[in-house]
Amino acid sequence: MEIAFLIEKVAIVVILFVVTLTIAAYSTLAERKVAAFLQDRVGPDRAGPFGVFQPLADGGKMFFKEETTPNGANKWLFIAGPSLALLTSFLGSAVIPWGQSINFFGRIVPLQVTDINVGILYIFGVVSLGVYGIMIGGWASNNKYSLMGAIRGASQNISYEIAMGLSIIALLLCTNSLSFKVIAEQQHGINWNFWYQPLGFLIFLVCAFAETNRVPFDLPECETELIGGYNTEYSGFKMGAYMFAEYINMFVSSAVMATLYFGGYNYPGMDFVNLHLGPTWGPLVGVAVLLGKILAFIFFFMWVRWTVPRFRYDQLMNLGWKILIPLAIANIVVTACVITFFDKF
Amino acid sequence: MESLSGRKKVLEQKPMNFWERIYLPAIFKGMGITFMHMFKKKETTYYPEQEREFSENWRGMHSLKRDENGKERCTACGLCALSCPAEAITMTSAERQKGEEHLYREEKYAAVYEINMLRCIFCGLCEEACPKEAIYLDGPIVPSEFLRKDFIYGKDKLVELSITDLAAQKGVLA
Ligand code: SF4
Ligand code: SF4
Repeated sequence: MEIAFLIEKVAIVVILFVVTLTIAAYSTLAERKVAAFLQDRVGPDRAGPFGVFQPLADGGKMFFKEETTPNGANKWLFIAGPSLALLTSFLGSAVIPWGQSINFFGRIVPLQVTDINVGILYIFGVVSLGVYGIMIGGWASNNKYSLMGAIRGASQNISYEIAMGLSIIALLLCTNSLSFKVIAEQQHGINWNFWYQPLGFLIFLVCAFAETNRVPFDLPECETELIGGYNTEYSGFKMGAYMFAEYINMFVSSAVMATLYFGGYNYPGMDFVNLHLGPTWGPLVGVAVLLGKILAFIFFFMWVRWTVPRFRYDQLMNLGWKILIPLAIANIVVTACVITFFDKF
Repeated sequence: MESLSGRKKVLEQKPMNFWERIYLPAIFKGMGITFMHMFKKKETTYYPEQEREFSENWRGMHSLKRDENGKERCTACGLCALSCPAEAITMTSAERQKGEEHLYREEKYAAVYEINMLRCIFCGLCEEACPKEAIYLDGPIVPSEFLRKDFIYGKDKLVELSITDLAAQKGVLA
């Protein structure tokens, strides 16, 4: 039994790892394709039909590029930065429930690496670790642009984590649980948390953009002002690691948003589908639905990137501290009042 | 100050109203606009397979012309090289020998004529300077190469095909 359990977990981890990497790789292509289509172009289309091998070509290029380390850089931290960024970005996906438990040759397999009962806290912990990758990389480069990018990244992440946490508290008032599994199960069918917490979702979404350093909050990178920010000095594979970390972060935060607010693997009519497809294929449809939601979110991330210009730094801080945090607190108060007086949920 | 022309327009700067200040409607409107562009006609020209139409005064690759009898017009006077602001042109002149009258129009001709396409800025001054109407920038885009030396175009690439060459090519094709 123990061995089977071990194999099961290892299999899930490996599959998750491969899927995450694939999606991150193809996000780079999707980003360019989406950018192109939004700008009336066609994007990369030379490597294979419609450019499907472009990520491989890009990866190969990253590997074979010369890697330089600046003279004054701290050698160890210079390597630790991108490694840490990549590592922490992978960690988040461990607690996401990817589907209902699946019947695999008579064995009930939960489609989740681990169900921690404080899963949300875990995600928050991992996400706040992510800033170390940026901080260390920027610091180790021994370059003022990098350092400025790193400082911006750190202060931005800290500011927006507060609003993010507050928006989650309102959600927790509704769900009464910190476990992703329980939260996902509660949103059976179309009973999604989004209908109860639209404002909370909006705040969470804005914060997710800030936490993943995506446009319009990409101030740590900021090509025009900081020449790449914390990754100015990076080249070759280390640069690739940073880029990958960004796309994996995007993937994980899309998964978190889909699970917390948009029902995860739940979809209307799932009971009917499960009844007809049986306990093996039914949950897999749920997995596909979840992946579809995640891809929709990733597209949304890109769509925003190619529409909205970058914020100024004071605007960013104003938005975080003076608008989002009060809004999130008001959201908590209103949610608490509604729950107390009407005894809903 | 008093406006003399009477055309001065004072920019009206109203304070933003509530909807403008919460910013989101404007963002959604912008996203709608960008989304519509997904379905617009793409402007892309698939270059090597497809070519954009050139304008009438387009200046492309140079060609050294022949006269109506198929003789090379260039007399190696060097005016093009002198006028070239990028110093892209160089040549070696030679005297026309007996029996070569059908090849070269003047008694002096360019034995070697080279244009460095990496230096050239396609300004067209060589074309303007030439007294013999021997050089025109009427070719296509200069193709890309892997080595710098391949960008130095000699007479083999520059001189336009003679009538006999053209006939031979046609014969091959036909
Ligand atoms: S086009 Fe201008 S730059 Fe080019 S060879 Fe002629 S004169 Fe020189
Ligand atoms: S191309 Fe014209 S200007 Fe240049 S050397 Fe020949 S004749 Fe003179």
